[in-house]
Amino acid sequence: MQEQDLSKNNFEQCIKCTICTAYCPVVQVNPSYPGPKQAGPDGERFRLRNPFFYDENLKYCMNCKRCENACPSGVRIADIIHTARMNYSHSKPTLRDWILANTDFMGKVARPVAPIVNAVVGTKPAKAAMDAVLGVDRHRTFPKYRFSGFEGWLRRKAPDQSKFARQVAFFHGCSTEYQHPEVGRAFVRVMNALGYGVQLIDEQCCGVAMISNGLWNQARSHARHNVEAFRKTDLPIVTTASTCTFTMRDEYQEILGVDVSVVRDRIVLVEKFIYSLLDQGRVRLAFREDFKARVAYHIPCHMEKLGWSIFTRELLGMIPGLELTVLDSGCCGMAGTYGFKKENYAYSQEIGRPLFERIKLLDPDYVTSECDTCKWQIEMSTGVEVRNPILLLEEALDLEKTAELNR
Amino acid sequence: MRYDTIIVGGGLAGLVCGLRLQQSGKKTAIVSAGQNAMHFSSGAFGLLSRLEDGTPVDEPLTAIDRLSGEHPYSKIGSERMSVLVREVKPFFEAAGIPLTGDESRNSYIITPTGNYKKVWLALDDMTLLGGSDSKIGDKILIVNFKGYLDFNTAFIAEGLEKRGMKCRIESVELPEMERLRSNSTEMRSVNIARVLDGGDAWKHFVASVNRMITDEDTVILPAVFGFADGSLIRSIREGVRVKTVFIGTMPPSVPGIRSQMRLKKAYELSGGTILLGDQANSPVFDGDRLVSLGTVNMEEVRLEADNFVIATGSFFSRGLWATPEKVLEPLLGLDVISSESRDGWYDEDFFSPQGYIGFGVRTDNGFHPMRGGRPMENVFAIGSLLGGCNSVKMGCGAGVAIMTALEVANTISSSR
Repeated sequence: MQEQDLSKNNFEQCIKCTICTAYCPVVQVNPSYPGPKQAGPDGERFRLRNPFFYDENLKYCMNCKRCENACPSGVRIADIIHTARMNYSHSKPTLRDWILANTDFMGKVARPVAPIVNAVVGTKPAKAAMDAVLGVDRHRTFPKYRFSGFEGWLRRKAPDQSKFARQVAFFHGCSTEYQHPEVGRAFVRVMNALGYGVQLIDEQCCGVAMISNGLWNQARSHARHNVEAFRKTDLPIVTTASTCTFTMRDEYQEILGVDVSVVRDRIVLVEKFIYSLLDQGRVRLAFREDFKARVAYHIPCHMEKLGWSIFTRELLGMIPGLELTVLDSGCCGMAGTYGFKKENYAYSQEIGRPLFERIKLLDPDYVTSECDTCKWQIEMSTGVEVRNPILLLEEALDLEKTAELNR
Repeated sequence: MRYDTIIVGGGLAGLVCGLRLQQSGKKTAIVSAGQNAMHFSSGAFGLLSRLEDGTPVDEPLTAIDRLSGEHPYSKIGSERMSVLVREVKPFFEAAGIPLTGDESRNSYIITPTGNYKKVWLALDDMTLLGGSDSKIGDKILIVNFKGYLDFNTAFIAEGLEKRGMKCRIESVELPEMERLRSNSTEMRSVNIARVLDGGDAWKHFVASVNRMITDEDTVILPAVFGFADGSLIRSIREGVRVKTVFIGTMPPSVPGIRSQMRLKKAYELSGGTILLGDQANSPVFDGDRLVSLGTVNMEEVRLEADNFVIATGSFFSRGLWATPEKVLEPLLGLDVISSESRDGWYDEDFFSPQGYIGFGVRTDNGFHPMRGGRPMENVFAIGSLLGGCNSVKMGCGAGVAIMTALEVANTISSSR
């Protein structure tokens, strides 16, 4: 379609139908946010004429991409909004923004003193201080840092990965390294059972939090680093986190202008990777007979944008003994670092309210979701544990039998 | 990835077809690239208001035999049409979308510009009228929200006064609405509907309206109530102390979006899968059969099925595509009915029937689309993608979508 267009301005595809606004979670709760049509294609016409028309309230966009999924005309609304933030915003990231954005740096600093950090940030005085001094909302529960991370475990404790005939590279992301190494361990065990060895790559944080906090240059540097690291291997780059995946595949190019074309198709979420192998008859799965769980699946916004939740649904649907409810598609309100900020906290909870109410009503054994910040939000707001689908898969699979089938 | 039937297009036709197939026990998936024309719904469905030559139609079922052979209704045939027509109300009712109107006769609806338009069935928000001059009352109070520009009260008053009704226009200021008004571009139907959906704003609105009524017997309100839940319509009707008539607004349409969300929900509850925000591509053929489709998001994973239903819509949703020289169907390269010369595409008088509206895919009598002059065996085309009828001129857009969707779903579920 695009080759027929004479203008490179994608906003010209907008016919002002306002369907995007009908599906925007922010505009429903926050009157200061101008809404995707006005913030995106409508505002862009004015901004091109004179940057004076830039509206700082564009910072309220969570980049959930629901506007783009709803648009009948293929307008990249959220990309237009974020590019405008990058090009026109005068507001500088604060110390709080810098801390929230640098997830990997903070992880490295916190790790050696993890028990102390976890204990301190969990206390009321510390929360009050962070609220007052930094603007990190006092209601938030911080994910706990772990003393030892995933990479260390893989090097020291996992079986020799080079002995497997087939190999994948694993982009584990920050939260698997610093907060939830069990996700990485489950990934390795499942991949090993499928006959794949897991290699590390020289990865840096995908940079999504830098993009949303306006640290554009740092984000671009991370993007370049990762793309370069991916180029050095021919292996599939498999991930367990939906937002890292989406950011590297789409945002590097569309927002940061970093060319990912040579590696993009190799960046894949583990659920799609495994489903695709099954679909081609290249691997087989054997499930345990004694696994039982009632699970509710929350589809993260970026999973909706990737269009890959179908793979997770299909995979989980194969598990005997797993009773799956797919929750109505709706944003949890967290949007990475967005919900941590004092100015967004109330909106964040209001956006997620219908989801929380539904989960409480269902009262499942677990919620499952590919996104760690959705996990933090849902756990804090409902008390129900949220597990990455790979953890469910690891638990439900008979790993020994599966390994035999794939030998 | 294998399904019994893959449907491309998640508008009215695609969803109706998908839901009916799920109900008959088939496993289906819908690939949907963005939202659809339901979001611009007038609140009513047309079945047939005019013949090809412009003759007005009052009883659509009695007029099917007078249509040309290319019209989708002719392919279904008047006998089957009269069966399908009876299925529409219960089908939508079961999906949580109650419809009002008489299946055998056309009625009238008041448009956002104050005209009377012939329609068939309507969402139960709307008020249907018996004739083109029927009065809704003698003295009418038309109430708008202050600052809401997509509901033109002056046009409506003009249309009604021509028909002998006395109109007075008022506008309501609600404190809850002031936040929206601070940003004029967001004073739009869905945002207003959201404010009214939550809390007590609607009660304050009803109280204001009741205070404004003097000697009027009827109140007209914009159809911006009940975005998530249609029950607000009833509450408003009960709360306002005289008869209440809702009139559609300029898009987006609150009753239309609510119905679309209900239909989608009913489809998902029946076990259907929607791939939202994705686009089908790269068909693989085996002779006159379609073997599989790819999608942009699914990459190497292919969608395979026994049958495929193409419900990609017309030009707006890119089901049809026009180059300067010709009109084509971009997904499968299906044969298209269109005029050879570009002069036949459009009429310079905007209000004349436009040729391009009648363009669309050519099919056999079983809605198998033609490709290279031969019907495809396991592919069906439905809805506004179909050629052979000028739906704007004939008032048959929604009817063609619903009837062809039900007909094709029946064909598929009764085969094998």
